[in-house]
Amino acid sequence: MPTPDWLRIRRSKDGDGRDAAVWSKCPSCGELLYRRDLAANGHVCTRCGYAFRMGAYDRISAIVDGDFTEIGAEVQAGDPLGWVDKRTYPVKLNADREKSGLGEAVVCGFGQIGGHDAALGVMDFHFRGGTMGTVVGERIALLLEAARRRKVPCVLFTASGGARMEEGMLALMQMAKTTAAVARFMEDGNFFVVVLTDPTTGGVSASFAFQADVIVAEAKAMIGFAGRRVIEQTIRQKLPDEFQTAEFLLEKGAIDMVVTRAELKPTLVRLLGYAARGRRAS
Amino acid sequence: MTNPIVERERGLVELERRIAELRDVNVDQPVDMSPEIAALEQKYEEILREVFGNLSPWMKVHMARHPNRPTALDYIDAFERFDELHGDRHFRDDPAIVGGFGLLCGRPVIAIGEQRGRDTKENLRRNFGMPSPEGYRKVRRLAHLASRLGVPIVTFVDTKGADPGISSEEHAQSEAIAMCLYEFSQARVPIVATVVGEGGSGGALALAIADHVIMLEHSTYSVASPEGCAAILWSDASKAEEAAARLKLTAQDLQGFGIVDEIVPEPLGGAHRDREAVIARVLGSIDAAVSRLAAMPPDRLLEERYRKYRRLGSWESGQQESDGSHA
Ligand SMILES: [Zn+2]
Repeated sequence: MPTPDWLRIRRSKDGDGRDAAVWSKCPSCGELLYRRDLAANGHVCTRCGYAFRMGAYDRISAIVDGDFTEIGAEVQAGDPLGWVDKRTYPVKLNADREKSGLGEAVVCGFGQIGGHDAALGVMDFHFRGGTMGTVVGERIALLLEAARRRKVPCVLFTASGGARMEEGMLALMQMAKTTAAVARFMEDGNFFVVVLTDPTTGGVSASFAFQADVIVAEAKAMIGFAGRRVIEQTIRQKLPDEFQTAEFLLEKGAIDMVVTRAELKPTLVRLLGYAARGRRAS
Repeated sequence: MTNPIVERERGLVELERRIAELRDVNVDQPVDMSPEIAALEQKYEEILREVFGNLSPWMKVHMARHPNRPTALDYIDAFERFDELHGDRHFRDDPAIVGGFGLLCGRPVIAIGEQRGRDTKENLRRNFGMPSPEGYRKVRRLAHLASRLGVPIVTFVDTKGADPGISSEEHAQSEAIAMCLYEFSQARVPIVATVVGEGGSGGALALAIADHVIMLEHSTYSVASPEGCAAILWSDASKAEEAAARLKLTAQDLQGFGIVDEIVPEPLGGAHRDREAVIARVLGSIDAAVSRLAAMPPDRLLEERYRKYRRLGSWESGQQESDGSHA
């Protein structure tokens, strides 16, 4: 079998994206980390446990057992508003495609996780800050519809700065679109797991991210509805460091568990296992 | 910040006063002043048309935020009957959301609205119409009730956005909005949403997944406030006017995208210049939509709602796959 595309173009894109840099600074604790040590530790800070942002294809290869069949890759963004600021929207998209090696801010498909057939979608912050425009919404809806037909569980990894401004209200409508697909998928009795990764905010957190049966978060991930800056401006005071972290949300009862990167796949496999054995006869 | 629409209206007040004065004087004047009055009135009309006839997107943003613009409760109070229901059953009652049973044109409905204040005191109590998670949980509870009873849902959208505060984050604002979206996408009854003022982002959408979406002519509905968008994209909130133009947030733009189904016209100068007529027109449109949708079997209603939101967006793809099967 020829090398699949996703394996060929998979690449490491962590931290600030400067591949040549020898050192990475931990955004959580500020520690300077030697890149090779960081990679050896699964892109997790050796000092504080912060899980560095991970490229979508790196993530997929860390989660699936073997093959991964991508779907929805043919869906590409239009330019509904004819957006121009310093650059046009199509120019921005092209720059992000080159920089990230991705077609868009989410990669969706099917594979096995610990022997369980599953739908898997992974958002990538390196493409337009993981913002949700039409393509993200459309690919996730296609994935959930296909998973519903196949009667397999769905695991979505989120990483997003919110709705994509350059697509205006059509970006906001993707919250409605993904919700519609999630609801149909779940109402049929299918199992839906979301893994919140750093950062997950705005239109993504306020739609499919918080509709899942089980919500897992990576350690130290920033998760919230409003951005930290907006809240600080509103209340005119500085927020404590732990505000909107995964650990904070766990304590407030908003998520099910905070899991280290090393424990992530085993945890997902166990969750899928419970659901598979509990599945009602069809 | 002062509202430029209010500023413009201040200039007109002087002219209105002079016309009224002349009319009063005219009654007991030996000389007929009618021609002068007519001339002034004509001038007034001309200025009105010039000032309000062709509102830019930025001006519409301010029209949508006008302090005298009819709010959700102004519409709901015009129902034959309204019995407000309170609370999220967990933590508190959020005054930024009003909701309850109502009678509209003889039909029982669940009415839900985002309620900003009509004066400073009310604005403080209602948090300027920015709902907290508790408010959205009340919305979800009422929508669920409506779905169970088979009573249509009628919503009024008017918010800058969901509350961005510490307590709202602690109480999982994301989850509260997300589950409203879920409930509205599954409710087995007709949903008619009307954007009466400002439709701000996810906090507005939480009440606006609907079978029929109405907007007032000068209301706005946006992925982010123009100020917020300018801050996010250009780190400069003062570029809000430019953002307002780029975001395509007017009712007219959104009808073009298929996001809005119907636009209700406003009098020259905005809805607050003839409140009663506007409120009657809006309620008439809502009733017509509810009547049409109520005739549809719930399965068909859900299927059409699904297809409508499934279609929205702008993308290119070689092969377009869509789920045609039934819910
Ligand atoms: Zn660290």
